[in-house]
Amino acid sequence: MVTEMTSTQDRTNIQAKTGKNIDRVDGRLKVTGEACYSAEFPLEGIAHGYIIQSTIAKGTIEAIDTSQAEQLPGVLAILTHQNAPKLNSLKSKNFGGGYPGENFLPLQDNQVHFDGQHIGIVVAETYEQARLAASLIEINYDEAEPMFDLEQALEQSERYDPGERLQPSWGDIEGGLQQAAVTIEETYTTPLEHHNPMETSATTAEWHDDELTVYDSTQWVMGTRGMIARGLGLPEEKVRVISHFVGGGFGCKGFFWTHPLLAAIAARKVNRPVRLMLTRQQMFSSCGHRPRTVQKITLGADNEGKLTAIRHHTDTETSFVGDHAEPCGNITKMLYACPNMEIKHQIARTNTGTPTPMRGPGETSGTYALEAALDELAVKAGIDPMEFRIINHADRHPQSDKPWSSKHLIECYQRAADAFGWQNRDPRPGSMREGDDLIGWGMATATYPGYRFPTAAKAQILANGKVIVSSATHDLGTGTYTIMTQIAADTLGLPIERVKFELGDSKLPIASVSGGSSTAASVSPAVRSACEAACFKLIEMAIADNESPLHDYQAEEITTEAGRIFVKESPEIGETYEAVLQRHNLPLVEAEISPQDKGSRYKSIAARTKPGIVEDEGGSDEFAIHSFGAHFVEVRINPRRNQVKVSRVVGAFDVGRILNQKTARSQIYGGTIFGIGMALMEETLLDPHSGRVIIHNLADYHVPIQADIPEMETIFVEYPDYHLNPLGARGIGEIATAGIAAAVVNAIYHATGKRVRDLPITPDKLL
Amino acid sequence: MSTPDSNRHFSILDQMPIAEAPNASLGSDRTIAVKLKVNETEHELQLEPCVTLLDTLREYLGLTGTKKGCDHGQCGACTVLVEGERVVSCLSLAAAHQGEEITTIEGLAKDNKLHPMQSAFIKHDGFQCGYCTPGQIMSAVGLIAEGQAQTDGEIKELMSGNICRCGAYLGILSAIKEVKEVTA
Amino acid sequence: MKHFTYERASDRTDAITQVAANPQAKFIAGGTNFMDMWKEGVETPERLIDIRKFPGEITVTDGTLRLDATTTNSQVAYHSQVRDRYPVLSEAILAGASPQLRNMATTGGNLMQRNRCSYFHDVSYPCNKRVPNSGCPAIEGINRMHAIFGTSDRCIAAHPSDMCVALAALGAVVQTRKPDGETRNIAFKDFHLLPGDTPHIETALEHGELIEAVEIPPLPWAKRSHYLKVRDRHSYAYALVSAAVALEIEGDKIVNARVAMGGVGTKPWRSPEAENALIGAKNNEESFIAAASAALEGAKPYQYNVFKIELAQSTLVQALLTVNSEQ
Repeated sequence: MVTEMTSTQDRTNIQAKTGKNIDRVDGRLKVTGEACYSAEFPLEGIAHGYIIQSTIAKGTIEAIDTSQAEQLPGVLAILTHQNAPKLNSLKSKNFGGGYPGENFLPLQDNQVHFDGQHIGIVVAETYEQARLAASLIEINYDEAEPMFDLEQALEQSERYDPGERLQPSWGDIEGGLQQAAVTIEETYTTPLEHHNPMETSATTAEWHDDELTVYDSTQWVMGTRGMIARGLGLPEEKVRVISHFVGGGFGCKGFFWTHPLLAAIAARKVNRPVRLMLTRQQMFSSCGHRPRTVQKITLGADNEGKLTAIRHHTDTETSFVGDHAEPCGNITKMLYACPNMEIKHQIARTNTGTPTPMRGPGETSGTYALEAALDELAVKAGIDPMEFRIINHADRHPQSDKPWSSKHLIECYQRAADAFGWQNRDPRPGSMREGDDLIGWGMATATYPGYRFPTAAKAQILANGKVIVSSATHDLGTGTYTIMTQIAADTLGLPIERVKFELGDSKLPIASVSGGSSTAASVSPAVRSACEAACFKLIEMAIADNESPLHDYQAEEITTEAGRIFVKESPEIGETYEAVLQRHNLPLVEAEISPQDKGSRYKSIAARTKPGIVEDEGGSDEFAIHSFGAHFVEVRINPRRNQVKVSRVVGAFDVGRILNQKTARSQIYGGTIFGIGMALMEETLLDPHSGRVIIHNLADYHVPIQADIPEMETIFVEYPDYHLNPLGARGIGEIATAGIAAAVVNAIYHATGKRVRDLPITPDKLL
Repeated sequence: MSTPDSNRHFSILDQMPIAEAPNASLGSDRTIAVKLKVNETEHELQLEPCVTLLDTLREYLGLTGTKKGCDHGQCGACTVLVEGERVVSCLSLAAAHQGEEITTIEGLAKDNKLHPMQSAFIKHDGFQCGYCTPGQIMSAVGLIAEGQAQTDGEIKELMSGNICRCGAYLGILSAIKEVKEVTA
Repeated sequence: MKHFTYERASDRTDAITQVAANPQAKFIAGGTNFMDMWKEGVETPERLIDIRKFPGEITVTDGTLRLDATTTNSQVAYHSQVRDRYPVLSEAILAGASPQLRNMATTGGNLMQRNRCSYFHDVSYPCNKRVPNSGCPAIEGINRMHAIFGTSDRCIAAHPSDMCVALAALGAVVQTRKPDGETRNIAFKDFHLLPGDTPHIETALEHGELIEAVEIPPLPWAKRSHYLKVRDRHSYAYALVSAAVALEIEGDKIVNARVAMGGVGTKPWRSPEAENALIGAKNNEESFIAAASAALEGAKPYQYNVFKIELAQSTLVQALLTVNSEQ
């Protein structure tokens, strides 16, 4: 079937560059420092903003004294709730219940809902003056008792109801447990974690009369435009959002936060462009985090190791000003075949900032707990952990019973296990050593849904022979510039150098949020169609033109390659793109491909990406669409130092067609490292008395550094998935983060015999 | 498209007419003259003494290739060379580096030809989002000049002052090894 | 982020005179620790006197190694005399911070390094170090990284330096010059002060007193020494615990020993208890365990740092085993 699809749908010269190890087309800009990020646009007369934040987690602002700050040289304006403009609610039925992210509007009243809430902005001539002025503003609060202990909040606080889709169950869970020969019931916890992209969120805002241009570090230019326009009460066409380069996002730049609005208001106030770059400290309370979870997992399996019951209860949190559900159980219900299933999520409101998706929302925290629990059950059943997973392989989607669009998970297990040397594993904990070091081998499954969102693109063939293709999508380091250039070049049979791909500008054809690992799968078909459509226009022009050698041929007889259109059967009959355009005295020919169903389905982008309502599986009515993979991990631990060293990781992934081997591999390495950080070191702590974020810098919030990095090998089992799109590609940004923490934890157990069920596993937890 | 569904509609245009914008503020009287030599070019600046080398490069000289990732010496994105040694420019005062040779990422390529480390980073995909990249490259150039790293383990340890949240560390390591072998 | 005036001093006398003249003036050299805290609003000087360009030399006289205060961490760590004669010092320096920071940070600055308590670093909290008698939220707060030795009911912040742990073990001497021109030698153990009732007074220095150099006694047997650090990631992180050890072994007996620990004390924590337990004992694991046990006697943990006792013991044992297996 797959072969058939290849021959019919994969019809152009798509093999030439797509899939190859091509260097990033934006590489030179990045290695020379010329790539321009949002805080770096050189605008005339720019002023600098600095955010004022609350220093309590809950209460009322009684007074703000800005008098001392106002006297400082260079200070242009100070905006607080006392003098800020009224803004329009982002909640609206026109947007399916509100934009995703935090619908909270800044400076509208004197209420404080979490520590670090934005309660004002200072604008000054220089950054130094703005920062100093912000430090001199005195605020008096009427402090209230904040709710921040998760356990207490679940008992006493308001709840957020994420709806029935996060509470599925089937079969008879108690009956399943009674049938089981082995059972386990354990609780796994994950801490509050922060994305910490290297570029902090930044907005530069500039007004020209009643038109606003915003250079924003965002994963969603169209969404940011809509939210700014709505908040400020402007028509959308009066707002332009530009985001050519994003210095990493991982989710925290995906949805709406208050700083773009504050920058826009401040720029209006001083009638000058304003640059607002959040500090690293401010990133810990300004743009979301992965919320804390407490996950209780109950599993049962029969004598053959077949799962008879899976129960996965997640307790987690959201804020008082935004709705987010970390859907940890979403993966549990689809990963293994089991007749009896019970998934529950309870979400308490706490006085924290609003959580937001962070590289695998639900998939990452959820697979950690599930895959660690599964390892415990496999050990108890005396079955090899990989074998145990193969026994419980889900041949169809367990909930919907739909067939998978393309699933090769067993091949992933086997190829990764072979490359890793899994057959040499002695299953006894503590049995493998080298010198003083204990060695542990662990594995886990990875999965992530295949999403594709409606996307538009435009292709322009220029009279000078160059091609410009564009879409309002993003490159977060994910390789979008490069892979779209490859696809456009292949569609037209052109060398890479003749194609330029433009993105990150709300003036370009509409695209969705770069989240949910959706960009490659969503944008690439639009790019290809737009290129084909533009070329087709040229062909039609040539056919109709009696000066063209192609005059009076049929369109079906003509193809393109290397910048020429020519007769398939007689390639010498044809002409270049330039020739056609020059003869018609045209600077270019262009074609734009719109999302097929712009109306109702387009609006649903917001709903579909709303935090907490992650789709069960991407794709069609006929198929369940997921990517799969397997991680195998080796750890080494000196039993006196108790510091875990991940020394080797081998992963195999079934992610559809690979569009660029080099950038794809980098995504897998990066996702894996992100998960190693989660397993071993990442944790944001709250002060136990004030509920305030007490870890808020990169010296105390540890992310992996070069010395932590293992040897890594990545295998792609390449099966194009044409049910998701005509290129057969599924997204790849998040799957490697799912499962890796469990693989590390399982390896630590194998090395030490200790089960640590509370991340991160720092040296103190192995004593 | 953005018709509000509430009865009230607030427009920033009505509430904040541009005509009411404040006049230019008082300048600072506390600036001092600072002479800096960056990428072989002399600059004369008037700066407050507290301005860091990083902010001077980015905000006063337009050299935004040097990145601000944490502003506290905890990430390495702002790494530049001072007298050939790698330092973090966020914890350096501009005024303190008068009379010294400062090299930033913009000064690495000569006559439009990339430095071998820049080419190697592209070849080995030693970056993703690109934001830590100038700091990684400057640090790598400094590392090779120091000559203290021989093994993979030593390179990794001595490149641990540069965080890459995208996790491009393997490509970075490969790029450095390649350049090191060529220059050895 | 209070703004300051700045001047580069022409020589030591000029520097001392200028700082002594203004109670709100400070010396600055590498600036790595100061700038971090200045941006946080923790450091608020009116005036900075830059001494970074003073000559920074490493010299040896009669076996004593002299490090000028403005020698950089990298310069010291990679110096052949330091590597050969005091590996513990080289290893300790290289276990701290990052290459970029070590290229900037100086010997004198390392001695003046201030703690990493999250409450100290956030001016929106009370802190007895910053504002005497305002309170200490760390005692009942997040105190995982805090000290278990030398604490008081006013302050429990751990001293953050790695280099100073090695200097404590080696019994270094700090040479200073006071505004009145008098020079003095301060034994390393007397340089840093316990918090007691005055946690805001951190060192024995007077205002305007300049560190000129650090001297390390000959100690020929310190070539058998080692620094071991345990942290939350494999580099570029502060110590959970660390151990600086040196052993002189004759036959199967330990005849001389130095033991200091990092991450556990409110100052670099030398352990005469462990040294006494080692001297005269056999150089085997049993002795090392006994010494580690002696070293941690009297430790006073807090809610989140109880682990430091066991972790410090096992780290000490590992460090001693490593030194013992050398040669």
